[in-house]
Amino acid sequence: MTPTTTREPSRQPAIEALLADGTPTREQVDAFIAEHTFPLVEGAQVTFMYRGEASAVSLQHWIYGLESSKQFTRIKGTDVWYIVFTMRRESRVEYKFLVEHGDRRELVRDPFNDQLAHDPFGANSVCHTDRYAVPDWSLPDPEARPGVIEERIVASEAFGETRRFQVYLPARYRTTRRYPLLVAHDGSDYLRFSSLKTVLDNLIHRLEIPPMIVALSDPSDRLVEYAHDERHDRHIATEIVPAMTSLYSIVDAPGARGLVGASFGAVAALSTATRYPGVFGRLFLQSGSFAFTDIGTSKRGPLFEPVVDFVNAFRDDPVKPAERVAMCCGIYESLIYENRSMVPVLQSTGAEVRFFEARDSHNWENWRDRMREGLSWLFPGPLWMIYE
Amino acid sequence: MVRATLLGPQRHVTTIGSVASELGWRGPVATITAGWEEREDEDDELVEALGLPAHNLRLFARAESVFAEDPELLAALRERHDRLRALRRLYRQRLRHALDAARELFVSDRRAGNRPITVPVRDHTTDDEIPGVERLEWSDPTILEPAQTDAMRAVTELDRHHLRRVAEVYHAFENNVRPAERRSVRREREAIARELAPCDAVAIAGGHVTVLLNRLRLFGIASLLVRRPVMAWSAGAMALTDHVVLFHDTPPQGKGNPEMFEPGLGLCPDVVALPHASKRLVLDDPVRVSLLARRFAPARCVALDAGSRIDWDGERWHGHSSTMALSRDGEVVPVSTCW
Repeated sequence: MTPTTTREPSRQPAIEALLADGTPTREQVDAFIAEHTFPLVEGAQVTFMYRGEASAVSLQHWIYGLESSKQFTRIKGTDVWYIVFTMRRESRVEYKFLVEHGDRRELVRDPFNDQLAHDPFGANSVCHTDRYAVPDWSLPDPEARPGVIEERIVASEAFGETRRFQVYLPARYRTTRRYPLLVAHDGSDYLRFSSLKTVLDNLIHRLEIPPMIVALSDPSDRLVEYAHDERHDRHIATEIVPAMTSLYSIVDAPGARGLVGASFGAVAALSTATRYPGVFGRLFLQSGSFAFTDIGTSKRGPLFEPVVDFVNAFRDDPVKPAERVAMCCGIYESLIYENRSMVPVLQSTGAEVRFFEARDSHNWENWRDRMREGLSWLFPGPLWMIYE
Repeated sequence: MVRATLLGPQRHVTTIGSVASELGWRGPVATITAGWEEREDEDDELVEALGLPAHNLRLFARAESVFAEDPELLAALRERHDRLRALRRLYRQRLRHALDAARELFVSDRRAGNRPITVPVRDHTTDDEIPGVERLEWSDPTILEPAQTDAMRAVTELDRHHLRRVAEVYHAFENNVRPAERRSVRREREAIARELAPCDAVAIAGGHVTVLLNRLRLFGIASLLVRRPVMAWSAGAMALTDHVVLFHDTPPQGKGNPEMFEPGLGLCPDVVALPHASKRLVLDDPVRVSLLARRFAPARCVALDAGSRIDWDGERWHGHSSTMALSRDGEVVPVSTCW
C-alpha cells in the first residue's frame, strides 16, 4: 500500500486578493487594514503589515536557518508595506521591524500588534500560528493558592562576597512537612519573563507537581560564572543547597533535589551536576548553550571557549549528572543541533533522559511553555491520589 | 446499616453546613481530616462551615504516634505499600493495552455513524493486507458489538484480577501483622470509640485518598460508622464506596487511564465516586464517558462536582437534581434518572 499523508489545501493570503487587480486605491488599502488584525494568520501564511514613510522595511526575527532580514514590499502609491511569510503550525516567533530612512535605521515593535514578550533586553512583538496558545497554566488562576517569594542572603566563600537570592515557598508551607528543592539559575529572569511563580502556583494547585521550594539564584557576571566556573558550581552545591536545607524543611535526597537553567544557565546546571555527582537527582536543561567542536575551533567567540572545552570533555567522557534529565530546545534556535546531539550522550551515562522540542526560539516564553512537561516529569505531583 | 451523604468538593461551594442542618444534626460532629495529612488539625474553616460543635478524631496524628511506638508495624506497612505499588505497576501496564483495544473499537463505532467503515483484514505477522479476504464492515452491529463487549470484558476482568491481588495483600497483612491486636493500635481504637461516643454524626473530608483509607482501616473506623449518619466529600466519599477508582483524563504525563485502585470501606454500595469530575474528566468525549460507565457497571459513576449530593439511606440511593452521572451512551445525565 502506498502511504498517504493528509495535507491542508494551501490558501491564498487575503492580501493577494487585494493586489490581484493591480494597484489598489488608498481607500481599498485602508478598508483592508481596518477589516483585519495583524499579523494576519491564515493557516501557514502570515501577513505582516507596516504603515509609515520609509525607504525600506524588513522583518527581523530570531529563527535560525532563515535569513534574518526579510524585506517588505511597498504597496504602490501608499505608505503601506507588507510581507507574507510562511510559518509551520504551532509556531511562535518573536520579531521586530527594521525601518530604514536613508542611512538612519531603527528597530521598532509591530505597531499593529500589542502582543509582546519581554526579556532582559526589552520586548519583542510576538506572532503565532494556529494551534499555539499561551498555556492556561501560565496565567494567573484565582483558584490557585499563591506561594510567597522571600529574600535571602548567603555568605559565599566561593565568590568571596555575600550573595542575595530569592526563595519560592509554596502556599501552605509547613515545617512539619518536607519539600523537594529546585535551584533555578537566572531566578529573577524566570520570575519576570517566564512567570515562574504563577506557573509553580498553578502546577502545584493542579497537583501536577508536588508543593516544592525553589531557590532562585542570580549571577553577578553571568557569562563567566555560568561557563563551567568552579566557583559557581561550588556556590550552588556547597553553599546554596546547605543554606536552603538549614533554613527550610527539605527532603534530603538526590531524587528530591534538582537544578534548572536556560541557555548559559543550562550549561551552569549541567556543570554543577557533573562536578558534584550524586547531589542532584533531577536536571532540567532548557536550550542549553552546549557549544562543542568535532573538528577545528568553535566560531561562537571567546565567551564560549570554556563552554566548548567543558562540553567537548563531557562528550568525550560523560558523567551521569542526575537520575533524570529533562531537556528542551526550540526548533528555530541555532542551538537545536547541539541540544539534539547531547541527548544520546546523556543517555549513554545511564540517566533517564526526556527531550522535547517546540516551534519556538531562544526566549523566556518558550522556556515558560515547556515548564509543565519538564517539571511534572522530574517531580511528579500527587495528581492521582489527592481529591480535596 | 450506614446512612451516608456524599458531597462534592467543599472549597468553593460549601454545603456541609446546610446539609447538616437539613439532616437535623445537632452535634457534636466527629470530624476526620486525615486526608489533609500534616495539616489535619487546621480545621477551623471546616468547623465554621459546619456550624456545629465538632471534635477532630486526629487519625493522622494518632497513626504517626502508633508508627513511632511500633516500628515493626511501620515496617510491615511499608512492605505492604511496596507490594501494592508493584502490583499497581503491573496492572497499569496491562490496563493500557486492554483499554486501548476497547477504545479503538468504540471510537470506530462513533466515527462510523450510519456509514459503513471498512478496515482491511491484515496478516499480523507481516502487517500486510490479506488479498482476497473481504474487508470488515465495523458498522455492522452483528460484527462490532460482540467485539466491543468482549473488549470491555477483558478490561473489567483485569480490574477484578487486580482487586483480587490487592485483597490478597491486605488479607496476608491482617493475618500476619494483626494490627487490631497490637497494643498501640488497640489503645488508639479505644480512645477513638470513647471520643466518638458523644458524637451524633461523622464528617469525613477529602485529601490524599490512600492516607485517608489507611488510617480509616488501621483504626477500624468502618465498624464505628454503622451507628451514626455520615457525611463525606471528595476522597472521603471515595473511601466509603465499594471500590476506589483513581482518574484523570488529561494528566501532564501518561495516558490518563482510570484505574481500579483498591477496595473502599464498602459502606456505600454500587457507586463510583468521581470528585471534581468536570475538571478531571473530559465529559464531552462520549467514548471516554461511555467506557467509564460501562466498565464499572452496575455501579453508577457519579460526578461529584461542587454542589453535588447523593444520599444513601441504608437501602437505596437518592440523587439530587443538580448531581450528574455518566451514562453508557456516553452522556452526562442527572443522577436522579439512574435510580
